[in-house]
Amino acid sequence: MSDDARLGEARPSERESTGKPPARALPAGPAGDAGLRLREAARALATWDFGVVAVTVGFLVVASMTVEHFGTARNAGYIILDLAPILLLALTMTLIVTTGEIDLSVASTVGLTSAAMGVMWNGGMALETIMPVAVLLGAALGAVNGLFVTGFGLPSLAVTIGTLALYRGLAYVLLGDTAVADWPRLFTGWTLGRIGDSAIPNVLVPMAVLAVICGVLLHATPVGRSIYAAGANPIAASYAGIAVGRLKFWLYVASGAMAGLVGVLWTLRYSSARADNAAGLELTVIAVVLLGGVSIFGGKGALPGVLAAVVLLVSVQNALRLAHVSTEALTVVTGSLLIVAVLAPNALGALRTALRRRRTTATGRTA
Amino acid sequence: MTTVDSRTGSTWLDLVLRFRALGLIVALVALVGVTTALNPRFLSGQSVRDLLFAAAVTLLLACGMTVVVLTRGIDLSVGSVLGLSAYVTGSALSATGMPTVFALPLGLAVGAACGTLNGAIIHFGRVPPLVATLGTLYVLRGVVYFAAGGSRINASDLPPGFLDFGSGDVLGVPYLFAVSVLVLAAVGVFLGRYRAGRDLYALGSNPEAARLAGVPAGRRLMTAYVLSGALAGLGGVLYAARFGTVDASAGYGMELDVVAAVVVGGVAIFGGSGTTLGAGLGALLLTVIDNALPVLRIDQFWQQAIVGALILAAIALDRLVSVRAARALRRKGSHV
Amino acid sequence: MKGSKPMNRRRLTLLTTPVLAAAMLAACGGTTQGEDDGGGPAGGASADPNADFETGLTYAMLPKSVNNPYFEASSAGAEAAVNALGGEFEYTGPSDASASSQVSYIDTLSQQATDVLLLSANDPNALCSSLEQARAGGTVVVTFDSDVDPACRDLFVSQVDSAEVGLALLEMAAEQIDATGEIAILSATANATNQNAWIDVMEAELESNTSYADMELVDVVYGDDEDEKSFSETQGLLQAHPDLKAIISPTTVGIAAAARYLSGSEYKGQVALTGLGTPNQMREFVQDGTVTEFALWDPTALGELAAYTGAAAASGIITGAEGEVFTAGDLGEYTVGADGVVTLGPPTRFNADNIDDFDF
Repeated sequence: MSDDARLGEARPSERESTGKPPARALPAGPAGDAGLRLREAARALATWDFGVVAVTVGFLVVASMTVEHFGTARNAGYIILDLAPILLLALTMTLIVTTGEIDLSVASTVGLTSAAMGVMWNGGMALETIMPVAVLLGAALGAVNGLFVTGFGLPSLAVTIGTLALYRGLAYVLLGDTAVADWPRLFTGWTLGRIGDSAIPNVLVPMAVLAVICGVLLHATPVGRSIYAAGANPIAASYAGIAVGRLKFWLYVASGAMAGLVGVLWTLRYSSARADNAAGLELTVIAVVLLGGVSIFGGKGALPGVLAAVVLLVSVQNALRLAHVSTEALTVVTGSLLIVAVLAPNALGALRTALRRRRTTATGRTA
Repeated sequence: MTTVDSRTGSTWLDLVLRFRALGLIVALVALVGVTTALNPRFLSGQSVRDLLFAAAVTLLLACGMTVVVLTRGIDLSVGSVLGLSAYVTGSALSATGMPTVFALPLGLAVGAACGTLNGAIIHFGRVPPLVATLGTLYVLRGVVYFAAGGSRINASDLPPGFLDFGSGDVLGVPYLFAVSVLVLAAVGVFLGRYRAGRDLYALGSNPEAARLAGVPAGRRLMTAYVLSGALAGLGGVLYAARFGTVDASAGYGMELDVVAAVVVGGVAIFGGSGTTLGAGLGALLLTVIDNALPVLRIDQFWQQAIVGALILAAIALDRLVSVRAARALRRKGSHV
Repeated sequence: MKGSKPMNRRRLTLLTTPVLAAAMLAACGGTTQGEDDGGGPAGGASADPNADFETGLTYAMLPKSVNNPYFEASSAGAEAAVNALGGEFEYTGPSDASASSQVSYIDTLSQQATDVLLLSANDPNALCSSLEQARAGGTVVVTFDSDVDPACRDLFVSQVDSAEVGLALLEMAAEQIDATGEIAILSATANATNQNAWIDVMEAELESNTSYADMELVDVVYGDDEDEKSFSETQGLLQAHPDLKAIISPTTVGIAAAARYLSGSEYKGQVALTGLGTPNQMREFVQDGTVTEFALWDPTALGELAAYTGAAAASGIITGAEGEVFTAGDLGEYTVGADGVVTLGPPTRFNADNIDDFDF
């Protein structure tokens, strides 16, 4: 029955409908040809990553020279503070998207943990207890996503759209429209503070640590290879002995925990626990992950590109503000970047294929 | 394992889908019944009219979303398209004083243009629908911000005829709702009875097989996105007519409600199954919940949480039903 | 899969142990609510009431969100004042009304060393640390329309005195329903500082003033300053309270939505509607008889006063201490009240007789 088959292999065939999956972009051919194309693909990947990094560096240099106040240490501090939540959420989002899934509920998880923090604080709990509890709460919310996606086999897009509404709704149920604001200065000061006399914000430390952990995990461990394998071809991956479901479940838990941590940082940075904290941030996070070169179909992508994309997006925003450019432009820029990020490699690929085809037919004719 | 197969084996699926519509109707009746028992005015003429007013726009957008979701796609840009269309139509009406009858085609055209953009990015650019429409969600909203700035179209700027269209009714049924239901029926017939419509189901069930069977995938995808855009554009006109006030934020965040309505209405998010009737009932159910909460004196903060829980319940139910159906079919198959 | 379960559990334990340990460690003797840890800036400058307004100052107005006609009007007033004062004016802000986006804008402005920041805040506390940095860099922070914690700004230009607005709203409603029957309030968001202050005044007055003895406040609902939500909340109100006589909506978005609903429903003329609205939005409903009278301050004058207040503070004419006096151009002379609050004046009432004299 076709329906049954569809449920079994929703993912591979879904790819067919929408774009060229990276794995299938290598059609069967002579072994040497495939190897060549593999190398070509690897080069293309490196190019995209390198491209984003290069554009980011280029932008930073040009903006420092042309935009007043942009290149100062103080402004770098502001940029780092602004990008912290996006970057942290993008780390785990990269892992999830690489497995071919998605988590749209992250920003709502931030809001719910923030609201829960407010309730706990009002209830007289100690902040030192509240912070780990909030992270655990985030992990639990992520586990709910993971359970629905891997346990019940439901599409992650639909599940996390559901929890996007559910978690944000629960945040409002907890805290309504009120804000809890009397957070101790010792803690709020830390989230805004700088290391010693330098201009480096404190938050850079956990950010760097977590980025390194995620980078090593993805690029240098068996877990990382499993993530790529699960994203490239889940069926092949499970035949190869990878517990795809379990892997995805724990990634959702990690994503939730990360959102919990961002909830803590957000609450303390703005010293305001509110139900609407970080509303809409999920779109920005997805945007930077895709802009960073991660394929929405999974199996492809690298963390450096994503990190560069986060820096690029936030510093473009910052520079536009400093240059007195209207906010509206920013919305358009973000959206266009997102489309172009996916469109450009596709168009390049199509062009290359077309050129190659012409070349092969030409050589075929002469032979 | 081709689409032809799904036609012949569809008695089961039909039954399941009909059950789904039935389930939604039962839920609707129960909710209305309880609410009315607690507050009889919930079923008064005025209140029912209000409900239909509120449902009209979501219903229309849910209709377009169904067509897109059937092909395994999604259109996140509907809220922005609605905003753009509402603003363009509103300012055209107030600035040029053009006759009200032109408002509908204008809105449809604006929406269809946005839909064409989506379809082109998705089909020719091979960009996944989620990414493409997320991108146009930003871009089109940015365009509305540019166009509108801090200005706002007030009811007093709009021609009275247009506002009458927004608030008038025939036999207690608002014009707006009538328009939505007509569109819903038309799209339902298109999907169920016409070749091009059936092709969308085929594309969603098994794209590869559909292509092999000769379905012009590209053209059908374009049709789906243009239709979704056009209906969102029409939604913008209805929005402007109903509220009379249009600013840059019209329709902001609406995509979530529409996706929720469609999913609750039993349209499978991975394509290939679902009806506009289901999606319409889903939209109606969400609107009734929205309107019943204040009447039932339930804290309005619960509304979003309830919507989220409903989405989860609906997709879990779909999964359960399809697993059972598949198992039953397999059992039946093994006997033969 | 079977073999994996104990491993899962082990990993879970591994993961949670340090966190729980930290939590337990912290539970004894942690930081809890109410422990005042001090902080906050202290003033100390003295005012020179006879000083002149400085020219060449830079002014930035940061509204709750751009794309809002109310703030456009304020910005027009402020710009006119800044031009008269010989300064430079910029109107900038986020397109979404969120506190976190405003923080980024404040940071940007404080880097640019803006002399005067005119701010309408999205959250009373979330902006404080950024405002402190801006003030440390010499920026004078004047809030208008919506205040922050008084410790984080120099002055607040209030549109009106809370008591005066509350009393005026109640008085208008009472006049329209002969001070008898059920009334309800359609407010903005549940934590909107202004609206809540006015609602408190109305509630107190309803209880204490005997001429309102026959009026009963039966419900307060929140339209979140969204047109659509306010519209359906109005609908819900009328369904839930069949005997409702009047709705008071102390927010421009709410009253317009409610008027639009009423004018197209069977309740038109039956249920009175009053509150705070702009003449341009309400003109139609006053003309068709849905609304008899409503009130508002002039947002343009509010922006103008905010700019003059900022200029006076930046020029050392005032410091924000109670009792200081300055002249705000054509608006006349203003006195700083308690907590550094400058009040624009009583709200203007609009009805069929005078509504055509106003355009905002």
